[in-house]
Amino acid sequence: MMKTYTYQTLPAEPLADRKSRRPVVVAGAGPVGLTMALDLAVRGIPVLVLDDNNTVSVGSRGLCYAKRPLEIFDRLGCAAPMLEKGVSWKIGKIFRDTELVYQFDLLPEPGHQMPAFINLQQYHLEDMLIARARELGEGLQLHWKHKVVSVQDAGDHLRLGVEAPDGLFTLEAEWLIACDGAGSPIREMLGVPFTGRAFQDRFLIADVLMKAPFPAERWFWFDPPFHRNQSVLLHREADDVWRIDFQLGWDADPVEERKPERVLPRLRSMLGEDTAFELEWVSVYQFACRRLDRFRHGRVIFAGDSAHQVSPFGARGANTGVQDADNLAWKLALVLGGKAPEALLDSYDAERLVAADDNIGHSSRATDFITPKNAASRAFRDAVLRLARDHAFARPLINSGRLSTPTPYPGSPLNTPDTEPFAGRMRPGTNCSDAPVRAGGEDGWLLHQLQGDFVAMVLGGENASEDLDVDGVRCRVLRIGADVEDSEGLIAARYDLRPGTTYLIRPDQHVAARWRAFDTRAIAAALRRATARD
Amino acid sequence: MPLNTQPNIENPDAFYQRLVELHQDRSEEQSRLINASLVLLLANHVGDASVLEEAMRIAAQTADQP
Ligand SMILES: Cc1cc2nc3c(=O)[nH]c(=O)nc-3n(C[C@H](O)[C@H](O)[C@H](O)COP(=O)(O)OP(=O)(O)OC[C@H]3O[C@@H](n4cnc5c(N)ncnc54)[C@H](O)[C@@H]3O)c2cc1C
Repeated sequence: MMKTYTYQTLPAEPLADRKSRRPVVVAGAGPVGLTMALDLAVRGIPVLVLDDNNTVSVGSRGLCYAKRPLEIFDRLGCAAPMLEKGVSWKIGKIFRDTELVYQFDLLPEPGHQMPAFINLQQYHLEDMLIARARELGEGLQLHWKHKVVSVQDAGDHLRLGVEAPDGLFTLEAEWLIACDGAGSPIREMLGVPFTGRAFQDRFLIADVLMKAPFPAERWFWFDPPFHRNQSVLLHREADDVWRIDFQLGWDADPVEERKPERVLPRLRSMLGEDTAFELEWVSVYQFACRRLDRFRHGRVIFAGDSAHQVSPFGARGANTGVQDADNLAWKLALVLGGKAPEALLDSYDAERLVAADDNIGHSSRATDFITPKNAASRAFRDAVLRLARDHAFARPLINSGRLSTPTPYPGSPLNTPDTEPFAGRMRPGTNCSDAPVRAGGEDGWLLHQLQGDFVAMVLGGENASEDLDVDGVRCRVLRIGADVEDSEGLIAARYDLRPGTTYLIRPDQHVAARWRAFDTRAIAAALRRATARD
Repeated sequence: MPLNTQPNIENPDAFYQRLVELHQDRSEEQSRLINASLVLLLANHVGDASVLEEAMRIAAQTADQP
């Protein structure tokens, strides 16, 4: 039924070399597996991706991609087509009945390259990641219709059973990154528990093709006249497609509700009899919030939905999964290169479990607001919505989904604690804020300067050394004022820089340590800590 | 400041009467909404998380009393 998108059948080419041991196999070519593979490949690690299917995401699914994942995609060289095709937005509006009760702006601050959010159907996003993967050549191999069916730990490597169109074979790998989605078969193979809460509600997701006058904003209705006692969410997607979510309640029949004769009247009562529209995709969902106890199980490491699952309110699933990959890739690259101990991989657990809990917390609270569990919580919810129109205090209590923002790691074992006071939010464990710069006579962005290696960023830096090599790990020195110009003064403002102030920044663009003076010994010690070598 | 659980309402009978009157001729659903609004308004006025926490603790206990 889709007018705006045609699925390609991806080639199920047989894997030629089944003998040599692979440093990394990624199972699953969803947004997370593909990001993982790209990040390893740009770091020079050969990677093999196996996916049991031969198409990209069936249905638009993940729609809203947040600023931080876009920064990661930019680092991996594939943000430009996403920005071009995606619908950029930052305003969210909340209605009760017919009245606007609250409005929020997700990016009130200028001076960032990436928008707060873009909306892009997941199949487009995956196509773009695959196109980028193909540019990277032999280092990144993608094999469709190759399913991982067994995992066996052989001490210093794994033996993977793979089911391919031409039969079953065994493949050796040092590491398996399980990005095989919410239903993760690999989780089942390992028998690791995946626990949490399932929510007793159902939602109808309809992608509708129409020319509509709505702006590119997120509109959320509680109890609108066209869908009484339930909620509705509207988003603009690429190609004049609109995502409409109808809350249905627990008693709804998921099979019946998907039928056009049930869906079309709901849409007509919302859009009006005169609006011409066509259905692109329809699905009925129920949601759960769950996670694994830990993400690393020996040589098998889980990332994305296989490791943690959230409800879609807040657009957190793919967004946080992409940040799992961002966190893991540089660590795995150092371990494989013999430059850091395996213990560095345990910090992936430490850091990303905190993020998973943060996401699950946000997503559970939003779901509790949208689907009150009893009469008392419904009364509080309705009271908040009614009070909000005239009384400002009630507005921040409205929770239609808190949209995905990165979770900082202030308690990470990789951080070196501050010894001097700093203002602002760039404390160790935080992802680096972007800012405009001028470099080589051209306008650019700070985050482009913080790619690849560790970076020691120093203001002025007359006393700074050349690039450092700490036991084989490179640390580039970036002198603000000399190598790049802080064209609008926003680096100094956002990082609370004074002459000599030095930040040690990790390869995933997170702050590891900071000081008021450039000291190579302090930098080396902090870098050792940030690579789990002390 | 800790939660004040000493008498603090100037005219207890008048206040109590007003509270009851709020619910006169209201459906159960409307009553719940009024009570919820009242809790939210007063909680915001108090603001202090530890005071609110203490009030919620004592309130929850009333449901466990025989
Ligand atoms: C209605 C809806 C709306 C959503 N909206 C958003 C949103 O706005 N923003 C957001 O960030 N997220 C959103 N999400 C969540 C998002 O779709 C998921 O979080 C995301 O797809 C997870 O990516 P993944 O790569 O971990 O897993 P998946 O995308 O599920 O990919 C897993 C892949 O693994 C493959 N596979 C499975 N088993 C094997 C095996 N044994 N061997 C090899 N391959 C295997 C599968 O075929 C699949 O290709 C939404 C989800 C839904 C359902």
